[in-house]
Amino acid sequence: MGTRTGMEVSAAISEAVKLARAEIIAAYPITPQTHIVEELARMVADGELYAEFIMVESEHSAMSACVGAAAVGARSFTATAAQGLALMHEMLYIASGLRLPIVMVVVNRAMSAPISIWGDHSDIMAERDSGWIQLFAETGQEAFDLTIQAFKIAEDQRVSLPVVVNIDGFTLSHVIEPLVVESQEDVDKFLPPFKPVIQLDPDKPITIGAVGFPELYTEIKKQQNVALVESYKVIIEVWKQFREQFGREYHPIETYRSEDAEILIHIAGSTAGTARVAVDMLREKGEKVGLIRTRLWRPYPFGDIRKTVAKAKAIAAVDRCLSFGGPGGPMCSELKAALYNLDQRPFIAGFIAGLGGRDIMIEDFFTIVEETKRLLEEGQEDEYRMIGVRE
Amino acid sequence: MRNKKPGWKEYPIAAVIDKPGSATYQNTGDWKTLRPLRDDSKCDKCGFCWIICPDAALLIDEDGYYEVDLYHCKGCGICAHECKKGAIKMIPEEH
Repeated sequence: MGTRTGMEVSAAISEAVKLARAEIIAAYPITPQTHIVEELARMVADGELYAEFIMVESEHSAMSACVGAAAVGARSFTATAAQGLALMHEMLYIASGLRLPIVMVVVNRAMSAPISIWGDHSDIMAERDSGWIQLFAETGQEAFDLTIQAFKIAEDQRVSLPVVVNIDGFTLSHVIEPLVVESQEDVDKFLPPFKPVIQLDPDKPITIGAVGFPELYTEIKKQQNVALVESYKVIIEVWKQFREQFGREYHPIETYRSEDAEILIHIAGSTAGTARVAVDMLREKGEKVGLIRTRLWRPYPFGDIRKTVAKAKAIAAVDRCLSFGGPGGPMCSELKAALYNLDQRPFIAGFIAGLGGRDIMIEDFFTIVEETKRLLEEGQEDEYRMIGVRE
Repeated sequence: MRNKKPGWKEYPIAAVIDKPGSATYQNTGDWKTLRPLRDDSKCDKCGFCWIICPDAALLIDEDGYYEVDLYHCKGCGICAHECKKGAIKMIPEEH
């Protein structure tokens, strides 16, 4: 039986990692990730969690240590943010290329310069193509649940890939929420011990990460991509098992009042909470507005997206990241790419909001919906617009 | 006719090499443009070339000489450069 309690979301993630019986935690502190690893370090020091906490000199080393640990068959966890994630960059590709099921929480934060410790999605979007399974949480409960599910998804022998759980810096990581912390017994039932597909073992020597000549590399990348695409089925399976055991339901795309909506707001992360309130207020005024939230970002849920937006007239795609000199927000671009070849597709208006911790208010969503309606009638002027930017 | 190369499903996951020592099957000998030639009248079988060869491409023959394994020797010339007796010289590889 789970216990309902009030808890900081970072602490809830640490609790989830403990309940998942992580064996190796290698991390370097960076705001706003610190509370997660501080709490884990305390748990290990106090003997609450039987694990090795490896204090490293950088995030590059943190991910390297996780790669080594996962390669010998240890359940490995790390957490980071922004520049820390960027410093891990090359090791992220090694982790996915070697098919090592590491779990990482990224507490999303803006990339410097100028230095910003506050939330947006520019850190993870730079790692979009690194071959990791990528999930976005909206609430503390979801962050707790996804962290436990991440180990099960990553370690499934059909998948064997690393997983990143994204949570918004401060607006999710540092808030206290009521949530259900599941019991050790129940989590053990859900998450079996880690049985690696690839394992370094002195009794059965193998070589991992050897040179891949041009005649081999393409085939190995195809193999890796198929594994990532097909992990979709396993993710759905894991969510089904989770619902059966714990009662909470998860889908690649979450919807709110979207059934008969003419305009859909698309967003990822904790801002969906504000968007939901805006949708309710607009609905009271008789506006047919709904919300879709991307939880599963990689593998991209093409089918779910196409089905969800099929009847809408327009989508207001809100990104907390700017692709400089490009077509706008990365999520908006992919939404467009997913729908472009369809005979009937909704009009898509792109918006950039909430950069570097700028709050996205209910009123901002009113503006976004108004703008979308206007652009739908008058036609697109620019590729995208930035919300709340001062002239 | 060319041998059919394996498809992506036929490779081990993440290109793991599960046979230890498989690098010995790799013909690195065809990379070289120069090959070492030993002068037996100068060689005193000290074995220094055997110690310093970065590719372990020297083997001891029946008479105690250090014979070059031309299948693996890349022709780097370190043995010729370091031989105290000047017993090794590099000559153009015959292709």
